[in-house]
Amino acid sequence: MIFTIAARELRSLFLSPLAWVILAIVQFILTYFFLIYVEQFITLQPSFAQYTNAPGVTEIIVAPLFDTAGIILLLITPILTMRLVSEERRNRTLALLFSAPVSMTEIILGKYLGILVFNFIIILLLTMMPLSLLSGTNLDMGLLMSSFLGLVLLASSFAAIGLYMSALSSQPTIAAISTFGVLLLLWILDAASTTGGESERVISYISILRHFQPMLKGVFSSSDIIYYLLFVSTFLILSIRRLDADRLQH
Amino acid sequence: MKNNDVLISVEQLSRHYGPINAIEDVSFEVRRGEVLGFLGPNGAGKSTTMQILTGNLAPSLGRVRINGFDILDQPKQAKSELGYLPETPPIYRELTVFEYLHYCARLNKIQRNQVSKAIDNAMQRCGLTDVRKRLIGNLSKGYQQRVGIAQAIIHSPSVVILDEPTVGLDPIQIREIRSLIRELGGEHSVILSTHILPEVQSTCDRVQIINQGKLVLTESIGDLNEQLQSEYLLLSFKQAPGIRALESIGGVLQVEQKNKEQFRLHINPENDPTDKIVNMSVGQNWGLYELTPERRSLEEIFMEITCSEQKIIDSSGLNSETQPQLDVGSQSQDSPPQEHKGNEQ
Repeated sequence: MIFTIAARELRSLFLSPLAWVILAIVQFILTYFFLIYVEQFITLQPSFAQYTNAPGVTEIIVAPLFDTAGIILLLITPILTMRLVSEERRNRTLALLFSAPVSMTEIILGKYLGILVFNFIIILLLTMMPLSLLSGTNLDMGLLMSSFLGLVLLASSFAAIGLYMSALSSQPTIAAISTFGVLLLLWILDAASTTGGESERVISYISILRHFQPMLKGVFSSSDIIYYLLFVSTFLILSIRRLDADRLQH
Repeated sequence: MKNNDVLISVEQLSRHYGPINAIEDVSFEVRRGEVLGFLGPNGAGKSTTMQILTGNLAPSLGRVRINGFDILDQPKQAKSELGYLPETPPIYRELTVFEYLHYCARLNKIQRNQVSKAIDNAMQRCGLTDVRKRLIGNLSKGYQQRVGIAQAIIHSPSVVILDEPTVGLDPIQIREIRSLIRELGGEHSVILSTHILPEVQSTCDRVQIINQGKLVLTESIGDLNEQLQSEYLLLSFKQAPGIRALESIGGVLQVEQKNKEQFRLHINPENDPTDKIVNMSVGQNWGLYELTPERRSLEEIFMEITCSEQKIIDSSGLNSETQPQLDVGSQSQDSPPQEHKGNEQ
C-alpha cells in the first residue's frame, strides 16, 4: 500500500514539468560548483606536494560539494513537499485515500517515501560527478560514502519537515513558505552558534546542519544518525496525527 | 434476489461543528439490494452523514457499521466494503483514466492479476472505455463524474455511497447512470444523495429526508407513491352542488372550491369517498365530468416537510389548508418512530 501511494506521488511529480526542471537546475548548479572545486584542486595541487599530510582530492572536492548540495536541497525541498497533502486537501482528493482501506500511517509513509526516492535521485546524480574522477585518480570511498549518507539523512529530515508543513495547511504556497522558514531557522541556528558561549552550544546542538558537518569529514557518529532518525520520526508522527485530526472533532 | 443482511447500520449518529449540530441522533439501516435515496435542502447534513459513513469524518456520538464492521474500530475491513463518490470527484487531473483507475484498484487492495479485469469492468459499466488513455483533466465534467463513479465501484464493494452522482451530466448520461445505480442495487447496497426528486422516485427503493440534521421522513417508495396518489381528488361538475353537500360525504376531510365548477377535495384514503361521489352525482344530477385523483409530487412532500419547519410554508406554493406534516409518515406502519419525533419538533 505504501508503495502504491509512493509510486503515484512520484508519477505525478514526473508528469509535471516541476520534477524535470528541478533536476535540471540543481544538476546545473551543482556541476558548476563541482567544476569550481576541481579547478581549485588543480591550482592547489602543486603546493600540496610540500606537505606530508596534505588533504586529498576527496576532501578538497567532495566535502565542499556535498556541503553546497545540502544548502541547495534546503532551498528546493519546500517546493517539492508543498503539494504532498495540502494540494490533495485543496482538490478534495483526500477522500479517496480516507475511504480506501488504508491507514493514516500508510498514507503518510507512502507520500514520504515518494519524496525520499526523488531526493535520492538528486543525490545519486550528484554523487556521479565525484565518481567520474575515478577514471583519473583514486577516491577516498569511505569519506564519499559517509558524505553521501549524511546528505541522504539531511534531505530526509528536510522532507519530513516539508511533509508536516504540507499536512498543516490547505494551500501549497503557505506550506512551502513555512517549510522554508523552519529550514532557514534551523540553518541560522548553526550560524548563531559560532559566537561561542554556553547557551549557543545548546542551540547549535539543535541545528540540523551541525550534525551533517562531521560526516563530511568522515566522522560517522551514531549520535548524529540518531539525531536525524529522531528528527524524521518526530515529524512523521506529527504528520500522521495531523492527518488523523482532519476527521476528528474540532 | 434480495435477502435481509443489513449492510449499513447507523445508530444515533451526531456530529457537531463547534456549537452547530450538523446532524443529530440519526439512525437508519440499509439492507443488501436496497437503494436508499437521501434527500434534504442544502446544509441539511446529507454530505456530513455520508462523510461519516465513509470514514472521512469521525462522529461526535453514535456508531456506524458497514457489513458488521465498525468504521472506527475496524476501519480497514469496513472500508474495503465501501465505495464512495464525494461531492467533488476525487480525481487526479494529471493522470489518464486508466492510470487513475489502476491506482484506485491497487489502493483498494485488488490482487495484481485481477486489476486489469476490474478496471475493464468498471470502465465498461461507466462508459469510459473510449477515453481510457485521455488525461482526466482534459475530460468534460460529465466524464470526470463517471470516472468518480468508476472509482467507487471498481472493487465491487458491498456498499456504494454516491453524493450527488448525476450533477453535471447530460440527460442521456443521467439515464445511463440511473440504470447503473439500479443495476448496482441488485447486489450492493446503495445510498444516493440528490437534489433531484424525480431521480429518487425512479431509482430508489426507500427515501429518507433529512432537515436541519434530523431525519424527518423514512418511507419506502411504494408506500410513498400510494400515499401520494390518494390524498386529493379534483372534481368538476356541470351543475355544481354546494360545498356543504360535498363536505357531508363520508371520507371527505376538506373541500376547496377552485372556481364555479371545480372542486379540490382532501380525502381520507382509508375511507375512499370516490364511489359515493359518483353515485351521488348520478342520483342528484350534478353532471360530474372530471374526476382526477391528484398525485402530490414528491417535491410537494419535500417542500412541506422541510419548509414547514422553517415556517415558510406559504412560499412553497402549497395551500395552507393542506394537512399538517405529521400526516405524511403516519400512515405507514413500518416507518421507524424517530421520524415522528422529528416531525413534531
